[in-house]
Amino acid sequence: MSLDLSPPILSATEDARRQIEICNACRYCEGFCSVFPAMTRQKAFADGDLTQLANLCHNCRGCYYACQYTAPHEFALNIPAALAEVRVESWERLARPQTIARLFQTHGVAMAGLLVVVLALFFWALSALRPEAGAGFYAYLTHNTLVAIFAPAFVLPLALIALSVRDYWREVGGGRVRLAHVLSAFDSAARMKNLSGGHGEGCNFEKGDRFSDRRRVYHQLMMYGFLLCFASTASATLLHYGLAFEAPYSLISVPKLLGVPGGLMMVVGSAGLGWLKLRADRSLGAARVWGGEMAFVLLLGAVALTGLTLYAATGSTLVKPLLAIHLSTVMVLFLLMPFSKMVHGFYRLAALIAEAGKPAPAGERA
Amino acid sequence: MKDWPETFDIAVVGGGNAALCAAITAAEAGASVLILEGAPNSYRGGNSRHTRNFRCMHKGPMFPLTDAYEEEEYLHDLMLVTKGKTDEGLARLAIRSSEECLPWMQAHGVRFQPSLSGTLSLSRTNAFFLGGGKALVNAYYNTAEDLGVKVAYEALVSHVHREGNRITYLEVEIAGRPVTVKARAFVLASGGFQADIDWLARAWGPSARNFLIRGTPYNRGVVLRDMIDQGAEQVGDPTQCHAVAIDGRAPKYDGGIVTRLDCVPFSIVLNTKGERFYNEGEDVWPKRYAIWGRLVAAQPDQVGFALIDAKSIDLFMPSVFPPVKADTIEELAEKMGLDPQAVRQTVDGFNAACRPGKFHPTELDGLATEGLDVPKTNWARPLDTPPFYGYQLRPGVTFTYLGLKVDAQAQVHGAEGPIRNLWAAGEIMAGSILGQGYLAGFGMTIGTVFGRIAGKEAAAHVA
Repeated sequence: MSLDLSPPILSATEDARRQIEICNACRYCEGFCSVFPAMTRQKAFADGDLTQLANLCHNCRGCYYACQYTAPHEFALNIPAALAEVRVESWERLARPQTIARLFQTHGVAMAGLLVVVLALFFWALSALRPEAGAGFYAYLTHNTLVAIFAPAFVLPLALIALSVRDYWREVGGGRVRLAHVLSAFDSAARMKNLSGGHGEGCNFEKGDRFSDRRRVYHQLMMYGFLLCFASTASATLLHYGLAFEAPYSLISVPKLLGVPGGLMMVVGSAGLGWLKLRADRSLGAARVWGGEMAFVLLLGAVALTGLTLYAATGSTLVKPLLAIHLSTVMVLFLLMPFSKMVHGFYRLAALIAEAGKPAPAGERA
Repeated sequence: MKDWPETFDIAVVGGGNAALCAAITAAEAGASVLILEGAPNSYRGGNSRHTRNFRCMHKGPMFPLTDAYEEEEYLHDLMLVTKGKTDEGLARLAIRSSEECLPWMQAHGVRFQPSLSGTLSLSRTNAFFLGGGKALVNAYYNTAEDLGVKVAYEALVSHVHREGNRITYLEVEIAGRPVTVKARAFVLASGGFQADIDWLARAWGPSARNFLIRGTPYNRGVVLRDMIDQGAEQVGDPTQCHAVAIDGRAPKYDGGIVTRLDCVPFSIVLNTKGERFYNEGEDVWPKRYAIWGRLVAAQPDQVGFALIDAKSIDLFMPSVFPPVKADTIEELAEKMGLDPQAVRQTVDGFNAACRPGKFHPTELDGLATEGLDVPKTNWARPLDTPPFYGYQLRPGVTFTYLGLKVDAQAQVHGAEGPIRNLWAAGEIMAGSILGQGYLAGFGMTIGTVFGRIAGKEAAAHVA
């Protein structure tokens, strides 16, 4: 007698539970990433446990190619896809408002549509709100107008994300946060340890069962590039308010020294991640959000590329349209933070911090 | 097959660890090599897919192994499990060569995981593959492919054509089409016969039809049988297989590691009559799991029923299927298809024979029953705390012992001496060294060592 495992219609969480229980009786993959040691803490998996495992998973796919139980085996394990589904569902469930979340996570087209609307608004604004005087792009929109538009567009989505992450923390049973846990999580993220494959040779994203570090490299170019751009903006804000030193800045200035390399890194990272995404097997991820994820990758690239182009076009007649386009991409990125792949950074960090705070796995093995 | 030469230097029959080690070694020596793997790509690798580690001699700490594990101790461990049924010369060869295999494996793509805590002290003797045996198999296929080795999947070899002391060609069916494969030398690495239930039933008796096969369904022993029929020297008890007690609900084939059940030491195990039949607490589980396959095989319908209570449910590795659960012993018996009265009687008798004392799950605690015909000499605690849990146990066959006898060059012999261009490696010849019992990680040692020898010798033959 063997159990009938022919697929009854299971929810993503139920199917992940079925798979994880089989997985937990094997444990051959424990060296790959943080998911497997975390799994060994229990025999039964509550929904919150699965949410936490799903957010620890970086979709490196090492466990899929190493698995003895992938289809056509009757157990039909596909842990990267099962966890990706649970992960995306958790982001949708925890996001507010949820309908918007579902729309943008799933449909790249929705993101493009929003971009068009925002773009039209900016073109209107650049004409309607044009100041009397101003240098560089402040000739089109004053600093104060920019702040008035972007501050809420940045802070409100962040506030929504903070609420969601708080709910996440409750759902997964996160404990008291200690500095050591946070440092450990930042260390993992800084090195993208969970995309190293456990042996430092990377993951199985775009080359089947062969290892490759490309995804880790492109992701870090994107992440550090983004952080450099963020630091560039932050430094410019300090210069503006602290030292009354206003844009435009020369190439040899803190904002530019941070922003130009950061922008270049983001462009390369975006192109690389997009290319990898085209080559990777979609059935090992959350296939239904492929479009949304791809659009997000391209949006990040567009933010950087339009920023760099705007800088290159300084003084020319192209500044006005380029400014409208760049500001639109930034605005869309900000507005969609709670509803796009952007939230992965927040949830991943939360998951890593929660994991660091949990007791060490038992290491029981036969 | 369009880009195949008319004659390969070497044809390797089989696609698991031993076959891959032979193919890679021969290809690196400059030979053109074809691998004939009986399984489709998704099931490639034979039983190596299900393995996890490599038992390795080492004179000092050597990643990922700790401390030292020297030849004499290794041989002693082998003697204990085989009860002396081994060829000491070949055994020492396998043991000694294992040390140089570890860096070779890493150089050919195998990755190990740092030594684990709590692996029954295996971190000293056994190197664990990162991701397990399928990851190892993938790494070797990639390495072989990079070396220009050709691989045919769904390639079932039906006949090895022998002319005197030479092999001339193979009759193969590749994806349903008959093909004649010519080569100048041949390596047989196609495993044992444990997936051929009819053969098992002929060898063991009709009860073998109730056995589950833990590993690949593709090891049907066709090539082994063909060679024995053609007078190749054989070794190992033809009637025996290595079987452990596994979850009775496991798939008929290929259930692999997850079907194991480690609950026996904390259970009472009953047969269909509701009676205990063996001391469940005779020794620690790593030393006893291998005999339970045989014990269960000897019971009516080849089935056993392990019963535990709430006190013990968390003391062992999780099972792949949830246990049967009930609030009373009678209800549990009923759910498991046993006679509630008989089970009640056995449990009452057992509970009455338990004595107070300190229970210690990870060591021999001497907590024994008193006055039972079938005693339980350790971890004997009454079954008295609901809910009660039950697992069905069945024999799960891991491998068979019958094989081709080889010499230290891995060469296969006929009655008149060596067959000049034929070598064997892996499970198909493991009976030469492992006559009885099993030593964790030793199958991979035999496969790697003799695979490399076979590849080297075959390549030298065609050079």
